[in-house]
Amino acid sequence: MLRAGLGSDNARAEPLELTLYARDGGTASGRAGAVCFPESTADVACAVRAANRFGVPFVARGSGTGLAGGATPLDDALVIVTTKMNRVLEIDPDARRAWVEPGVLNLDLTRAVAHLGLHYAPDPSSQQACSIGGNVGTNAGGPHCLAAGVTSAHVLAVEVVLPDGTVEILGSLGPDAPGLDLRGTFVGSEGTMGIATRICVRLMPDPPEIRTLLADFTAIDDAAAAVSAVIAAGVVPAAMEMMDAQATRAVEDFVHAGLPRDADAVLLVEVSGLIDGVTHDAAMIDEICRANGARTVRVAVDAAERALLWKARKSAFGAVARIAPDYYLHDAVVPRTKLVEVIRQVYEISARYQLVAMNVFHAGDGNLHPLLVFDGREPGIWERVHAAGDEILRVCIDAGGVLSGEHGIGLEKRDAMPLFFTVDDLDVQARLRDAFDPDGLANPDKILPRGSRCGEVGAIPAGAWV
Amino acid sequence: MTAVVTDALRQTIATATAVVAVGAGTHAGIGGPVTGAVEVHAPAGIVDLQPSDMTVTVRAGTSFAELDTALEDHGQECPLDPDDSAATIGGTIAAGLSGRRRLGLGPLRDYLLEVRFVTADGREIRGGGPTVKNVTGYDIPRLFVGSLGTLGVITQVVLRSRPRPRASQWFRASTPGKDVRRALFAPTAILAGPDDVSVLLEGDAGDVRSEAATARLVPADPPPALVGMHRARISIDPTRIDELVATLDAVNGLHRLAEHGVGTVHLASDDPQTLLDARGFAEAAGGALLRVAGAPDLDPFGVMPAVALQQRIRGALDPTGKLSPGRVPMTQPGPEAGPR
Repeated sequence: MLRAGLGSDNARAEPLELTLYARDGGTASGRAGAVCFPESTADVACAVRAANRFGVPFVARGSGTGLAGGATPLDDALVIVTTKMNRVLEIDPDARRAWVEPGVLNLDLTRAVAHLGLHYAPDPSSQQACSIGGNVGTNAGGPHCLAAGVTSAHVLAVEVVLPDGTVEILGSLGPDAPGLDLRGTFVGSEGTMGIATRICVRLMPDPPEIRTLLADFTAIDDAAAAVSAVIAAGVVPAAMEMMDAQATRAVEDFVHAGLPRDADAVLLVEVSGLIDGVTHDAAMIDEICRANGARTVRVAVDAAERALLWKARKSAFGAVARIAPDYYLHDAVVPRTKLVEVIRQVYEISARYQLVAMNVFHAGDGNLHPLLVFDGREPGIWERVHAAGDEILRVCIDAGGVLSGEHGIGLEKRDAMPLFFTVDDLDVQARLRDAFDPDGLANPDKILPRGSRCGEVGAIPAGAWV
Repeated sequence: MTAVVTDALRQTIATATAVVAVGAGTHAGIGGPVTGAVEVHAPAGIVDLQPSDMTVTVRAGTSFAELDTALEDHGQECPLDPDDSAATIGGTIAAGLSGRRRLGLGPLRDYLLEVRFVTADGREIRGGGPTVKNVTGYDIPRLFVGSLGTLGVITQVVLRSRPRPRASQWFRASTPGKDVRRALFAPTAILAGPDDVSVLLEGDAGDVRSEAATARLVPADPPPALVGMHRARISIDPTRIDELVATLDAVNGLHRLAEHGVGTVHLASDDPQTLLDARGFAEAAGGALLRVAGAPDLDPFGVMPAVALQQRIRGALDPTGKLSPGRVPMTQPGPEAGPR
């Protein structure tokens, strides 16, 4: 049925494909039953109907850069890969919006509209490789989401193949589609409520003025305090990123952006907009950083220097390979007022487990990305990494934080959901999901742990990490 | 989780056969009439204001005016901007109508971080989370924006706040709304009536002055309130707003204010028939008209997309259809939404 609908080239079950698509950017491996490469909404609908007909679960996948295992197939699921649906369908510069297919890469979209003085704001570090469809699935963020908001604030409407194979447009070109906000509910649902096949995104005008500052601190506590102080002073920068000592050195050795190798932490702060506001905010940030112990505050003199500083930030995860072959990246959010105490505990926990912790993260919105760096060949190391990760997550929750800021729950944090939500909270989420997918075939066993439905048989696995 | 409401309130909701949450009544004209339901009220008061985190936890029964005053003390605001500041936070969220600064400040739904509510069977639930960035679980907060009391009784929310602008000034433009938009980098609002285009600029005082000069704007009062007891708002693709208002302006006695760049058109009239005409024009242009007040004989919504899905969602959270029955004419449980 799948081959008849999509053609034999686009529906495959050879061992090589099944292995390639058995996992995403996360650490868990699954098992794919078949892989297909639809080229249109009709193809996606055909694949979903085929899955329904045979009672096979299906998993949507964009570029496979997700870190939470959301696109990892379980139980011989059908993997529906959207990479061939990669056209920018329509750009309307006056309305500042574009219709794109889900396989369009994030950075390709911004490149496609750059000549119009526009850009697509959410900019995950993986933006050269990740797809807009995947961004919609995870409600992806990025450094510039501090002022501009995450993916959900940039999706006006989305055409979706629902889990039963029917097609609906959720949201509208107008500001408020009648009834419930189905668009808002779908964004971030990690493929459990259907598959996005066309997305109408909002484009933002390029700011007339941008200023990028690099502040250099001899104590990471001071850098964290500066972040809280900037927000408390009523300044919302376009982006405010932090790199600790380990990360700064690794990145500098890799990119040669002139970062201070002896700093305990650096802050990369960008303000943008109209000239007077930018000047005001940049001066405030400079003053606050110095008042909180910054040794120097460097301002990028031109676009090339700004690009170099951003290249440094976005290369951080690649640079880690210089320290050790493996890393485990976390993604929790804490209130911005709690940054100092939580970062201190992250170091304390990693030291106790004899792990190297690096921190490169979206400080401005409290989105921590502690990175545990290690050599996976060392016996027993994964147990230590998982135990440390579990503790870090608990510290974040205890500080009033949440499990994930932008990567999603997927498989990785599924069984940690009861740390944050009550049994009743999870029951409501399960009911909502079932309203979209009564037969439970759309990316099952992701996001919600087994036993989420009240009265459902099957306990939450004890101590299963995540 | 600390309980937000009393056991008595949860019991009332759980045992009643029909329940309606009532705030200040300022949005009562939205949706169909709810009759024969037990009225419940959410608790009021600001629970936790964190200016250095730019978040605020507030009980749903608190008025917008009270929240705004409390935030103003810290130089901040949460631009839910209901038309009547006596509106409660819970009512404003349940109604889901964004304020007139949406062009610059974004829709109401982008300010709601966490929602606590009581379900039809009396359980207290949290959706979302208290941090400014969060993808932990489904986006229950956005689902509740505009849910009109049909999914649960909202009891407490966490909202994002923002710095109040250092300068804020209304202007009058001498060019059409769409040209004004092109000329400005980030206007807060462009509101077009039949004779005047009003522009709100906010930010740094110097930027406000230079932007106003660039677009040849002259300082002016805010646009006057629309007059008429029957009220509605249209949601339309903003690129079709000029085409739509041309047809609306031909209707005698219909007053409008169009948000350029957003696609909301506010309508008021003393003749309910004009709103029916307006709905015809709006739907012909691919939009939708929502009744906001008055016009009792007008269908409150008109076109409704993805009805079956909406019905399943409502049925999933409220299997017996007891929450605000009659407000959304399709709140009866769908065929698939039987009890578990």
